[in-house]
Amino acid sequence: MKFPRILRLTFWKSVASIFIALGAIAAVQRYSMGLGATTHLVDTFPWGIWIGFDIFVGVGLAAGGFAIAATVYLFNIERFKPILRPTVLTAFLGYVLVIAGLMVDLGRPWTIWHAFIMWNPHSVMFEVAWCVILYTAVLALEFSPVVFERFNLQRPLKIIHAITIPLVVLGVLLSTLHQSSLGSLFLIIPGRMHPLWYSNIIPFLFFISCVAAGLAMIIFESFLSSRAFKREIELPLLTELSRVLTVVLALLFTVRIQDLMSRDALQYVFQPTYQSALFLGEILIGVLIPFSLLLFKKTRSSQKGLFYTSALIILGFVANRMNTAITSMEHWPQRTYVPSWQELFITLALGTVGFVAFYLIAKNFPVFVSHHEEAPAHSAEHEWIKELELVSKQN
Amino acid sequence: MTNSKALLIDVANCVGCRECARACAEVNNLPQEEATELSATHYTVVQSLNDDQTFVRRLCMHCNEPTCVSACLVGAFTKTETGAVLYDEAKCIGCRYCMQACPFEVPRYEWSSLSPKVQKCKMCYERVAAGGKTACTEACMFGATTFGDRDEMIKEARKRIDESPTTYVNHIYGLTEAGGTSVLYISNIPFEKLGLPMNIPNEPIPQLSWRVLSQIPKYSVAASVVLFGIHWITARRTEVARFEAEQKKLVERN
Repeated sequence: MKFPRILRLTFWKSVASIFIALGAIAAVQRYSMGLGATTHLVDTFPWGIWIGFDIFVGVGLAAGGFAIAATVYLFNIERFKPILRPTVLTAFLGYVLVIAGLMVDLGRPWTIWHAFIMWNPHSVMFEVAWCVILYTAVLALEFSPVVFERFNLQRPLKIIHAITIPLVVLGVLLSTLHQSSLGSLFLIIPGRMHPLWYSNIIPFLFFISCVAAGLAMIIFESFLSSRAFKREIELPLLTELSRVLTVVLALLFTVRIQDLMSRDALQYVFQPTYQSALFLGEILIGVLIPFSLLLFKKTRSSQKGLFYTSALIILGFVANRMNTAITSMEHWPQRTYVPSWQELFITLALGTVGFVAFYLIAKNFPVFVSHHEEAPAHSAEHEWIKELELVSKQN
Repeated sequence: MTNSKALLIDVANCVGCRECARACAEVNNLPQEEATELSATHYTVVQSLNDDQTFVRRLCMHCNEPTCVSACLVGAFTKTETGAVLYDEAKCIGCRYCMQACPFEVPRYEWSSLSPKVQKCKMCYERVAAGGKTACTEACMFGATTFGDRDEMIKEARKRIDESPTTYVNHIYGLTEAGGTSVLYISNIPFEKLGLPMNIPNEPIPQLSWRVLSQIPKYSVAASVVLFGIHWITARRTEVARFEAEQKKLVERN
């Protein structure tokens, strides 16, 4: 795939440096001057883009991790193995950045350890906190073989191989709980959210949309890394993923509309308000247009088609999370929120750090391996082959 | 709650002298300055409506089943025996979910502080626990704020409405709102005009999330069984397929 000159890596390197530098300045200000002086958060609007984007979008885009881990290990569809490691790395970095974002957003970040010992199981935030803690640990373990292989540590490698399946099950469990619990956070504020976004099935909606976003992220990222590392693209695999995506998008659309109808909220879509415009934008860009595009075989089997469709889905997903966290709150009582430059650049810097970290890790560790290079799986599987050979020799 | 106390705010009696707010600032060591919105340094404010004759006092509603108590992940909020909902800064990590969750938008934040705390009315917990009344009640000379057992306050509210049904709107705000609160309002002006949130459900709000949260153990067990099951089936299938292929090869070889 050809990219215009402006998209070349050197250009992005300078952009990345600027983002990180400005983000660092903003972070210093945030810690020395406080939240009030550096953000546009106020009593009536206590959550801004650090929650709406850094946390919600960061976690959502990491969803590809559990989807592919389940595909490879639980459904035993081994041909997806080549994209397993980069996807798990994305998810892990996503979660690390979410924690970094929290450290910026929390009013008293040095007390974050309270979450470990002060429990309130009635709080959705408690569930969210524990999912973040445990799933980050699981992702670190899921990625650890890459590090062990790099330094040729056989013993830990064996241990990890032995517990892979329970680890993947735990990962799927925690991740699905976490994705949906981010939606559940909003269950408690029925009066405050715009009816286009408040729903009692919001945990379920968050779950379906994160699967779509996670799969789109895998496709998107495969192209970026194939370019950065000049490797072959796994086009047939991505085409298969895009088929699954089509189904997920259709499901998302159906459930979303059905939900609006059952709550008698469909009318708000057609009112000429700022909220309905953003809602339509989110649905068109993130669901309807990519769905229609994916119906054509031409899109599904072309690199360019897949790349741009997945970009649309990700964009729509970002819009959905931002709308849920910010636009829907602006409706009552009429208030608006525009992030400060510090909020904006800390967000941009965190995202950039994610890209840079992915690039550096992928460059120095065996993240991209074809399945031929992989060590043979469990030795137990080969015992029956030997037995079989013995039996046949005796015959 | 048997011993729970409550504040009865009678909008019809309020003349807007703001003595309650001054007394509140004094006992809580807050700056004496007039304000129209709650803030980290104003636990109660008196808002005047456009007609300049009607005044509404705002403060924490001290819900019977508070949303903030259920929302806080470290349990920094507690509903005390006096009815007061209290905040413990030693636990708070600053996620501000309480501010987002409160249906009455009461908790306020010390935005300019480097170690910010949540602030709101404490219903004069120490004074009440020692058998006294809240500072705002003692300061009120017009019967706009009365303090006592919640049951008594409900009776008093009913009595005032029944005695002058033409003056009062026939509704006690806080009797059932959010499952009942320890601050009750009666008014001679329709409540929609007072600026109090009118879209508050009549059930306790924490159950909206508990309905989902309580399903998690069940979900976790079921999902684990299904996931392990899927793995077992697919792994077995692969193994059988490989076994058969291998067998076929060996048979052909022989």
